Amino acid sequence: MPITGVDKTASTPLIALSNLGVSFDGVVALRGIDLAVMPGESLGLVGESGCGKSITWLAALGLLPARATVTGSVRLDGEELPRTKAALERVRGGRIAMIFQDPASALNPVLRLGRQVSEALTLHRGMTGSAARAEAKRLFDQVGLPDAARRLDAYPHELSGGQNQRVMIAMALAGQPDLLIADEPTTALDVTIQAQILELLQSLRRETGMALVLISHDLGVIAETCDRIAVMYAGRIVEEASADAFFAEPRHPYAVGLMAALPPLTGPRRPLTAIPGGVPEPWAMPPGCAFAPRCPRATPDCGIAVPPLTALAKDHAAACIRVTAPVWA
Amino acid sequence: MPPTDRTPVSTGKGRRDMIRFIAIRLLRSLLTIALVVTFAFVVLRLSGDPAMLIMSVDAPPEAIAAFRRSWGLDEPLWTQYLKYFGAILHGDLGRSMRDGRDAIVLVAERIPATLALTIPALLIKLGIGIPAGVHAALHRDSWSDRLVMLAAVAGFTVPSFVLGLLLVLIFAVQLGWLPSGGQESWRHAILPVITLGVGGAAVLARFTRSATLEVLGQLYIRTASAKGLSWGRVVRSHALPNAAIPTVTIVGFMVGSLIAGAVVVESVFSWPGVGRLLVVAVANRDLAVVQCILLLVAATMVTANLIVDLLYGFLDPRLRSARSAGAG
Repeated sequence: MPITGVDKTASTPLIALSNLGVSFDGVVALRGIDLAVMPGESLGLVGESGCGKSITWLAALGLLPARATVTGSVRLDGEELPRTKAALERVRGGRIAMIFQDPASALNPVLRLGRQVSEALTLHRGMTGSAARAEAKRLFDQVGLPDAARRLDAYPHELSGGQNQRVMIAMALAGQPDLLIADEPTTALDVTIQAQILELLQSLRRETGMALVLISHDLGVIAETCDRIAVMYAGRIVEEASADAFFAEPRHPYAVGLMAALPPLTGPRRPLTAIPGGVPEPWAMPPGCAFAPRCPRATPDCGIAVPPLTALAKDHAAACIRVTAPVWA
Repeated sequence: MPPTDRTPVSTGKGRRDMIRFIAIRLLRSLLTIALVVTFAFVVLRLSGDPAMLIMSVDAPPEAIAAFRRSWGLDEPLWTQYLKYFGAILHGDLGRSMRDGRDAIVLVAERIPATLALTIPALLIKLGIGIPAGVHAALHRDSWSDRLVMLAAVAGFTVPSFVLGLLLVLIFAVQLGWLPSGGQESWRHAILPVITLGVGGAAVLARFTRSATLEVLGQLYIRTASAKGLSWGRVVRSHALPNAAIPTVTIVGFMVGSLIAGAVVVESVFSWPGVGRLLVVAVANRDLAVVQCILLLVAATMVTANLIVDLLYGFLDPRLRSARSAGAG
């Protein structure tokens, strides 16, 4: 049983990934992810692009291309989710919905928006015809699309990026999921629209009680939205904590670096610091801690073994021997 | 809610834009045909003297002169061209220099024979090429994909006259199952139809495969899967309607060559269609007949293109909007 810092024994997690691994044609992209999402909670998954944030959830839902090899286990409501087509199709959209980064290309260009939403309504709630249309309109209203009735008959290219993302969210809500995975939902949008979409996700979570996983490379986006935070680096989770604990004191040097790169919301302005170097390529992973080559606190010991995620406090865990090892080590 | 409020394309403005779009395309089509006619006229006049070919080189000079006079070949090229063009505008496509009959009648007589080959061949192309291509794309890198692609490469690299002769050798000469040429019964059509169909089916299979693969890699396919749709539904409702858009171009081209696409095969199988007529008429410099066929070919191709353009608008709402914006 992997050691995780956050207490998850209180009730059964909605979904629990354990030792989830993904490789593409032998190149390892995800190196054993342990992550659980409780009903109704909002989890932020943060890290540089290419660190495996999206792949984690695409793998959990079986949405990766066939050449990807997925290992490990996914438990839904405490029960193992078989990796069969039928089981995954039942979960997708109905239990767990997902929205993506670029809403304009994530919607089918040749189908009317109403039809794309109704499809999910028919599939998950057995609605057809005018009932489906009425519900689609209600969903469009709920996600704040102006002139919802007309939008049902529009095509994606007739809407702006923010509006299309609202359609994506409406489509995700159609199946009344218990968990919404929002994969960089605001990255392709401009800043004011970003804030609106994040606000929408927050209010929908309050209204529906669904859990939210927000995937982002932007700590600022996560800070505003999430109860709990997991930081990923090079296919592993390197720090996991409640949002309060994390923003009070990030422990892993990578997380510290991410925070230093974030403009402070309050207090005096300070120069932002970038983390030097780049993420190691999946086929040239250093033997020990993957962050060691870029880490200001690295010691020769960091290159020996991969540090396990270790509890530092009740709701705080990190994978770094420099923060978790006893002082005398 | 009335349908006009819900469907942007069928509003008054949308309809006006559509009419305007079609009108512009029609004008362009007519211009294309006029250019083809002009080009054919110039090339044919430059490529040899019909009087010499039809009357033979040994004919007395007076007879040749008389022939030229009677067909207007002694007039300046410019005058000939204007007369010819004027006649076309009046629906007069000229008469054959060989037997004096109306060129249009000669050509029209041959059209059913050609269509008897090209339409079944088109059905083979569509019926085999598209499903094979989609199947290959859906089973990418499987043995059936490799088999389809191998067959497709073989199918379109072998020239039709080679394939035709090969089929004759096997099924007519060796096995004696089917006739090698002529037009007496439907059995005579089998080999030429297969010969015509194979190449097109191969082209269409390759094209459909790559169009489908391209679409399967799009993000909206992942969205459709994430929605919980079964893979079959994803393919049918989301992938194929998008893959149809580029495929329509190739199909349109095939429809456009229904009249002229069988020249080689008709010659190989001595099938008395438009293609054979064209070969004979060119050899004889039977100007009116050649020009009439070229005009017909151009008209068919241009019409097919026009239909493809309209189909695009039907299949792709983005294009429809772009047209409205462009026309308005």
